[in-house]
Amino acid sequence: MKKFLATSFLLIISCFLFAQEKVEMADELRSSGKIYVVVGVLVTIMVGIILFLIMIDRKVSDIEKKLKNKA
Amino acid sequence: MKKNWWKILCALFLVYVIVAGFLSDVPHLPILHETIRNQYFHVCMWFAMITLLTTSLIFSVRYLSNPKMNNDIIASEAARTGIFFGTLGLITGSIWARFTWGAWWTNDVKLNGAAITMLTYLAYLVLRNAITDEQKRGKVSAVYNIFAYVMMLVFILIYPRMSDSLHPGNGGNPAFSKYDLDSTMRMVFYPAVIGWTLLGVWIMTLRIRIQKIKLQTEL
Repeated sequence: MKKFLATSFLLIISCFLFAQEKVEMADELRSSGKIYVVVGVLVTIMVGIILFLIMIDRKVSDIEKKLKNKA
Repeated sequence: MKKNWWKILCALFLVYVIVAGFLSDVPHLPILHETIRNQYFHVCMWFAMITLLTTSLIFSVRYLSNPKMNNDIIASEAARTGIFFGTLGLITGSIWARFTWGAWWTNDVKLNGAAITMLTYLAYLVLRNAITDEQKRGKVSAVYNIFAYVMMLVFILIYPRMSDSLHPGNGGNPAFSKYDLDSTMRMVFYPAVIGWTLLGVWIMTLRIRIQKIKLQTEL
């Protein structure tokens, strides 16, 4: 009986230890599907910034051309 | 269009990094948890900064051997863009520290080293603004830039390795060392480094072109 108790006690302890080893991650966030909303928002921002950069790039090119024609 | 292929590459990589960076599987590590994904963003800021500051150094050295305004413009605009990315690196690191260590700032060697680097480069900008004569400004700031670059190497690459740091990757803290950076993370991390660096270079070229136009129209 003593041996049985000791064994089961150690087993339970090891269960706790195992549970603590698991690193907490945002699995909930992904399974609920809402992470896609964030990804969507960020992709929109990134595409927006890149489009804005392209527009600035074109404007600068245009001014450079005009300056070249003047000279 | 042929000359702009790298801008397309930059855009594609960055969109890919945002999608894959949030949705791909990452190693489950203590302390870091989901913030390991910061490697695709925060860490890349420093890569972009070092690339830009190296460009700045190269053109400063060039200016000293060939004092053309062109070299000075590239050196200063590269440094400005580099400082911008470094500042983003500091701010994003601070946000992470607040929610991981519980403080916006700690007296960690890696954090202080990065801060000292930013201050050294801010002094470069102050020095530039203090000198009105173009030739003099170019020469003095080029010499200072070489000094600042060496300071950056010391404070970002050497000094943090001389003592223990709380920062991920130092002193046995889990991070992005060769043991933790698995192949799925590499698939996102390398495009992230290239993408963010190219974005920095793109912004730098725009600033250089605008500065050249300014110089041309003033004549």
